[in-house]
Amino acid sequence: MGDLKRTPIYPAYNTKTVDFGGWEMPVQFVGIKEEHHATREKAGLFDVSHMGEILVEGPDSEQFLQILLTNDLAKVSVNQAQYTMMCYEDGGTVDDLIVYKLGEEKYLLVVNAANTEKDFEWVKQHVEGSVEVKNVSDEYVQLALQGPRAEDILQKLTNVNLSDIKFFRFKQDVSIERVNHPAIVSRTGYTGEDGFEIYINQASGLDLWKAILEAGEEFDITPVGLGARDTLRFEANLALYGQELSKDITPIEAGLNFAVKVKKDAEFIGKEVLAEQKENGPKRKLVGIEMIDKGIPRHGYEVLKDREPVGFVTSGTQSPTLGKNVGLALVRSDLANEGELLEVKVRKRTLQAKVIPTPFYKRK
Amino acid sequence: MSLPKDYRYSKEHEWVKVEGDKVRIGITEFAQDELGDIVFVELPEVGDELELDEPFGSVESVKTVSELYAPVSGKIVEINEELEDSPELVNESPFEKAWMVVVEPSDTSQIEDLMSADEYQEMTDSE
Repeated sequence: MGDLKRTPIYPAYNTKTVDFGGWEMPVQFVGIKEEHHATREKAGLFDVSHMGEILVEGPDSEQFLQILLTNDLAKVSVNQAQYTMMCYEDGGTVDDLIVYKLGEEKYLLVVNAANTEKDFEWVKQHVEGSVEVKNVSDEYVQLALQGPRAEDILQKLTNVNLSDIKFFRFKQDVSIERVNHPAIVSRTGYTGEDGFEIYINQASGLDLWKAILEAGEEFDITPVGLGARDTLRFEANLALYGQELSKDITPIEAGLNFAVKVKKDAEFIGKEVLAEQKENGPKRKLVGIEMIDKGIPRHGYEVLKDREPVGFVTSGTQSPTLGKNVGLALVRSDLANEGELLEVKVRKRTLQAKVIPTPFYKRK
Repeated sequence: MSLPKDYRYSKEHEWVKVEGDKVRIGITEFAQDELGDIVFVELPEVGDELELDEPFGSVESVKTVSELYAPVSGKIVEINEELEDSPELVNESPFEKAWMVVVEPSDTSQIEDLMSADEYQEMTDSE
């Protein structure tokens, strides 16, 4: 695995790694199910430093990003973050991302690891006005501390009152004990739990990882790999690029209407198609399915209705929280109603499934 | 964990234990460790025919699906029904409680073609 990149946390993994979008990342530390439950019930710590960061700065930044991104940035104030999309002209998705408003003319786009280069090229190609764009991915370590005890743990390490940070808000220059550099602490995540995503200078990444694990020991914190990261986000119905979203799947088809604001002033890229889909409804929709017959739906499996192909599974597994075999599937819109009976082709067998509501898991 | 010395092993990580004129089949410790938490085992039915190297079922973990490949040809005479409700047995006891099928082999020379414990150990050490 000589050509794979490693995050600054790599020396602390002490577990098997796999190639994930060009990065050498851990699938699990103690077991996917155990890490999953620990995050739901206590706390989990994730190294997500492979994520890309693109800095957009300059007087015309907002105007430019309003054309590039589908959500409405005008509503976002400094120290606030927003989930948004970059789309192609045909409505297909370049990437889903979180934009952090660091200053009046300064934004950080946090993008999917495997898309970083593609996204950076796309952003550069479309630059308009007085805007500077930099790929700063190598400068940051990103850790996600998620779960009901996340705040208790992080509060042990900082004097900043974390309860002041509301959902999708963040603080900059947060000092953390035993760590040299200040951090950006954001109440965001990809698990369906409360928690934080923390951005810090890569030189302090390993210290931060160790400090959080030590502070979390009394709360039974667990390091979490990519396996449970996927099952956690899946249960919470959070899209994964390459599965629920792709260049061939629009955010409206994926049910992410809240991130596409066709009424904002800017003529953003993809608006025509997305506005039409929002107005008349897309031809395909993402739905939750639960297997009736024994079997597990998986990414790419065909979905049928009365033996006719009507869609495909985007993600699926046995939900560790529910113990049920569930999936997300992109199907013909007329079949996207709760209770609709569908079939899933599992290897040689055709198994019964039904449409159920999402998310599969919602925090109480 | 040490491998049972009297079992035979396939390159697809199944084990075969000879019991009189029948063989018992399962997957190895190495295989379950690679898969992680196992949540579903799909087995054929009693009476089905296995054909050497062809898939006859699957083991699914949270993360992935792995097909079971027949280490020998023959007829299924018994399946481990316990695995339907307790697939985690494959993680806990791959060589004992989590046997998958019992087969009447149609060509016993296929058993000889499988690896010994030492040969299998050598193969997995180099993976």
